[in-house]
Amino acid sequence: MTLHLPKRLAIVLVVLLAALALFPLWGKLVFAAKFAFLMQKLTGIMILAILAMSLDLLVGVAGLVSLGHAAFFGLGGYVLAMMSPQYEAANLWVVLPAALAVCALASLVVGYLSIRTSGIYFIMVTLAFGQMGYYFFNDSKAAGGSDGAYIYVKPTVEAFGITVLDLEQKLTFFYVALGVLVGVYALLRMLLASPFGRVLGAIGVNEYRVQGLGFNPMVYKLVAFTIAGTLAGLGGFLAATQYGFVSPAMLGWHQSGHVLVMVILGGMGTLFGPVLGAFILELAHFAFESMTDHWLLPMGAMVIAIVLLLPKGVAGLLLQWSKGKGAGE
Amino acid sequence: MSQSDFILETKELTKVFGGLVANSAVSIGFKEREAHAIIGPNGAGKSTFVNLLTGHLPPSGGQILFKGANIAGLAAHKVTRLGIGRSYQKTNIFPSFSCFENCRLAAQSRLASSMKFFRSASSYKAVSEQAEHALEAAGLTGRSGRVAGTMSYGEQRQLEIAMVLATAPQVLVLDEPLAGMGKEESEHMVGLLRDLARRYTLILVEHDMDAVFAIAQTLSVMVNGTLLESGPLDQIRSSKAVQDAYLGDGAEAY
Ligand SMILES: Nc1ncnc2c1ncn2[C@@H]1O[C@H](COP(=O)(O)OP(=O)(O)OP(=O)(O)O)[C@@H](O)[C@H]1O
Ligand SMILES: [Mg+2]
Repeated sequence: MTLHLPKRLAIVLVVLLAALALFPLWGKLVFAAKFAFLMQKLTGIMILAILAMSLDLLVGVAGLVSLGHAAFFGLGGYVLAMMSPQYEAANLWVVLPAALAVCALASLVVGYLSIRTSGIYFIMVTLAFGQMGYYFFNDSKAAGGSDGAYIYVKPTVEAFGITVLDLEQKLTFFYVALGVLVGVYALLRMLLASPFGRVLGAIGVNEYRVQGLGFNPMVYKLVAFTIAGTLAGLGGFLAATQYGFVSPAMLGWHQSGHVLVMVILGGMGTLFGPVLGAFILELAHFAFESMTDHWLLPMGAMVIAIVLLLPKGVAGLLLQWSKGKGAGE
Repeated sequence: MSQSDFILETKELTKVFGGLVANSAVSIGFKEREAHAIIGPNGAGKSTFVNLLTGHLPPSGGQILFKGANIAGLAAHKVTRLGIGRSYQKTNIFPSFSCFENCRLAAQSRLASSMKFFRSASSYKAVSEQAEHALEAAGLTGRSGRVAGTMSYGEQRQLEIAMVLATAPQVLVLDEPLAGMGKEESEHMVGLLRDLARRYTLILVEHDMDAVFAIAQTLSVMVNGTLLESGPLDQIRSSKAVQDAYLGDGAEAY
């Protein structure tokens, strides 16, 4: 768990964030023809990064390796799809809280049933719950079954009959995703610094000792599981809005594993690491795919190389670099 | 003896692991503000007794009375909140946290609730002060910023004590605080423990007999999961049964 970012690192991250925020300006010049596609790609990556950060709260901070986290991501998307009227826009102030509430409740129940286990058993139980979610939507006619469901009109924010936020606008949606990314990061940073977050981080290091000090680890783990599931649902809600489509694959273990790789590659317990992991993995995927049909091969090689060379992920490398030089040794 | 004599008392406390009886009907009373040492050979069941006292293991039978109320079977986090703090035979800290954060977290456990999400933990001044005091009391002033896992073994043992102190306990249960310490480190720790014995009810599991005689007023001897004898230091020292069973030939070894 990293509580304070060294100054150098903070600067690097702010520069990266600024480059991302200004992409709609410079991207158009540099990538001309591919610009529209890249805008969509980056928006999608930011949403996955939100999912990855929420998983980091469990895996990196509390030491709870969940292999079913995407279930809440998909659930958030499905709530939007189910609540959207066919020919008009849903009111964001209704569907978003509804999606978050459903995901909070679902993660509370799943969390309650799974946090009693630990280690490999926790992985198994969360995997099983994730797959239950997958088959629930895969087999339910009302939710479109294996074909998934469409959201024909994106939710809007209206005030006094005027559309305040039009999510159909690609540029608007890009900044909404960026805003949520930064917001979720800030929220999680605040949580980690709070008394709750300190206990949670300690549970990740030595749960037995935490209990000996007078905290009930189960309660903290359950609250963390619920927060993480709700934030994952927020990500899924955004993903469904972006693509106008949800499918059972959003909930499946492939998706859960994919996000877990982002967290591990990026650097567990650092929050910014999983965000970098999401960008690295997705951009590398895109780059390799445009070079060769056998893109899975270089992807696999890259993942193995990062894991072998950087046991603490990309964030670990950055932290070492910034501390080493920052200390002026 | 009336109940009010003891702040903490076990009655017929028993723990069975499979077929092994690790504690067999152990009844010991601990008086308030008394330093009470528990000795016994390896495997006698001392750590098991500590684990039972502090809720780290559920007893198979018997009672644990704290201020007259039976707390047997209460979970560890609830027992420590009642004011029974413990240290561990095998160093049990958060090695990746700073020395101060280890203690701060311990002190934080005395907030009514740590389900607080919005304020930074370091802004709780009373908690930080309590942690500072505990570090000072354990002789770790000036070590605050060190990553706990990188401190010397002796310092980590001191931190172990500091963390218990930071939870503001009434009863201190220390499981072999001198385990694995060098001579100099030991002397330092014995000084610290003598100091603590003046301010707390102290239950001390220890192998080092010199230390025990320097710190404790009362002594209990455990052998094979049973309590052999319990009483004032001098009385136990001259007890024939204890001499035979434990102090006997082994005494020179200490
Ligand atoms: N969790 C456990 N499961 C099974 N057996 C245990 C467990 N804990 C302790 N024992 C056994 O109970 C007996 C008493 O162990 P205990 O650790 O209480 O002894 P001790 O007096 O603290 O010894 P030492 O001086 O070596 O620390 C030993 O035979 C030990 O192997
Ligand atoms: Mg022991």
